[in-house]
Amino acid sequence: MGRVVTIDPVTRIEGHARITIRLSEDGTVQSARFHVTEFRGFEEFCRGRTVWEMPSLTARTCGICPVSHLLASSKAGDQIMGVAPPPTALALRTLVNLAQIVQSHALSFFHLSAPDLLLGLDSDPTVRNVFGLMAREPELARQGIRLRAFGQNTIEMIAGRKVHSPGIVPGGVARALTVEEIERIRAGLPEALETATVVLELYRQVTERFDREIRSFGDFPSLFLGMANDEGTWEHHSGHLKIMDAVGNTVADGLDPADYREWIGEASNPDSYLKSPYLKAFVPPGAPVERGLYRVGPLARVNLCERMGTPVADEALGDFRQSLGRVPSSSFHYHHARLIEVIAALERMEALLADPVLTGPSVRAEAGINNLRGVGVSEAPRGTLFHEYEVDGDGLLTRINMIIATGQNNLAMNATVTQIAREFVANAAPPEGALNRVEAGIRCYDPCLSCSTHAVGRMPLVVDVLDSQGRRVRRIARD
Amino acid sequence: MPDRRGVLELSLDGRRLNAREGQTVLQVAREHGVPIPTLCFLEGLSTWGSCRICMVEVGPQRVLRPACATPVVEDMEIRTESPRLRAHRRMILEMLFAEGNHVCAVCVANEHCELQSAAAQAGMDHVRLEYAAPQRTVDATHDRYVFDPNRCILCTRCVRVCDEVEGAHVWDIAGRGESAHLIADMNVSWGQAGSCTDCGKCVTVCPTGALFVRGTSTGEVRRAPDVVVRLTTARREHQWLPAGEGQ
Repeated sequence: MGRVVTIDPVTRIEGHARITIRLSEDGTVQSARFHVTEFRGFEEFCRGRTVWEMPSLTARTCGICPVSHLLASSKAGDQIMGVAPPPTALALRTLVNLAQIVQSHALSFFHLSAPDLLLGLDSDPTVRNVFGLMAREPELARQGIRLRAFGQNTIEMIAGRKVHSPGIVPGGVARALTVEEIERIRAGLPEALETATVVLELYRQVTERFDREIRSFGDFPSLFLGMANDEGTWEHHSGHLKIMDAVGNTVADGLDPADYREWIGEASNPDSYLKSPYLKAFVPPGAPVERGLYRVGPLARVNLCERMGTPVADEALGDFRQSLGRVPSSSFHYHHARLIEVIAALERMEALLADPVLTGPSVRAEAGINNLRGVGVSEAPRGTLFHEYEVDGDGLLTRINMIIATGQNNLAMNATVTQIAREFVANAAPPEGALNRVEAGIRCYDPCLSCSTHAVGRMPLVVDVLDSQGRRVRRIARD
Repeated sequence: MPDRRGVLELSLDGRRLNAREGQTVLQVAREHGVPIPTLCFLEGLSTWGSCRICMVEVGPQRVLRPACATPVVEDMEIRTESPRLRAHRRMILEMLFAEGNHVCAVCVANEHCELQSAAAQAGMDHVRLEYAAPQRTVDATHDRYVFDPNRCILCTRCVRVCDEVEGAHVWDIAGRGESAHLIADMNVSWGQAGSCTDCGKCVTVCPTGALFVRGTSTGEVRRAPDVVVRLTTARREHQWLPAGEGQ
């Protein structure tokens, strides 16, 4: 009799999700699915609002990476107004995105993933959390919290608030940074860079223990999508889009985000509120959408660029490629890519904070409604984020489409869950460590499913074993 | 001996005070630094008395009266604070919030909104009533301004300032009860309202985020409702005319 193992809820991710593992009659894993169980409805309730309110409204999608929504939304607004933001505004938007990458990656690594990586996937689940990390590695936990605080404080200075900031608007930003604020941000950089380099070294030491996980946490060839620029350096805000295949060949380059509908399809799933975007060109008529699976986010961005473009990060990228190849394929390496990105972001911030463009005279272009459609794209910490708006002649929204990074990784997350389940789950009563690996596999993508987070503490994990008729024959509660 | 004609004596929250005949309870309270919350009242405009947030208790029977519309009389006994008044004010605020679609966090007037301030001062940390969640369409047809009826509390400040100060009388209230709503001219969109002079006085006196300048993002509204007093005073005193003219 076929059986189903359900992990509900998945912990230490941003949002609410559930994992179902379907076992065949002999107890081997038949398939696994990742479901997102919350409904948001942003694309519906934003209709009828003004384009100038959209950054703040859509920022509420998430409490971890609201800056990404502010940026994508403001860029869509720029297009609808038909304006180019002043250079100072573009520099401030770039700076705030870098600060967000630092804070979000610090959260992902220190608060969410470090308990698994540093305490061990089979360690006592009651202490396998950020508090357990504080007890075991207090100095490291303190550094991680301070690194995140550095990013958050920078966001607050530029955009007015740490979370859901009002300061990024269509046409530019709401206000400029003062010279004193620039100096305050600069003063925090040396410690942040020190923390980032130390933790990268630590990570490289501990990954030796995770050979089996690296082989099974989403280790498959796939396409990668992300922002790129003409210089071939790591890009996160103002480039075009590029698609690369599993061996490093450029499949498409110089793509205009405004045309995304031509090459990205969105498949709906009956068992999840998360859609599954796929690359249309790779899915012939009648073929499963999994053929168009692609990955976005830190691993994609680091794979897509030729070089990071700053000295310490380029050294880290060199080591990454020397040990793992030109296009590392396991999603386990998202953690590694994330740490390289933190270093790159801090180095870019350092350069930008010394640039006189930051104190230019104008930060906001103003205009009415000059186009009825706009597509804004930003590289969120978790990957490429699309906001597409259509407005009426008065600037009221008539249609909204948002494609979030986590959605684009949905097919990859499903493939990852299946791969891990096949490696670690052998029967209907898998040990806790095996279930934790399934969760940890999802966590590689740092999925951001909503504004809620379960970063602290431990939520009850319930595994339901269902027969082929869907009747529960056993319940295993992790307590 | 000072002229005592027109001077009244009354009690305000237990304090014996002098007031002038013709003053309202609100004026006397403000003169003596006693705060009474207001929403529809605006210095310089006619008194409307519709929001009822400025209710005070009058006399030994503690009759409820709107402070903005109640003239003082000799020996009046006024209380501006009591558990009953606090409960009434909070209920009025909750009804205002429940009646429209007020989402402070993403509102253009966030942190610059009189309704929000009044709710904060009243300790209104949640609404006990069911939200009506009405379907109301934003009017963004005007070249310079936007009207969001979701945030309108029908205070009629815009109606009065447009009629009494600008003299254009663009705005009116149509409908009754829960169907009451603000209309421009003979119920046309604001952009089509030919009587509108684009002066923006209605926008600057709006206590909430219902009227705002086009292009305003969250929390960017800044009001200057005291412009009404400056304008009406200047007109009355002929401040803008060279000395001797217009007297």
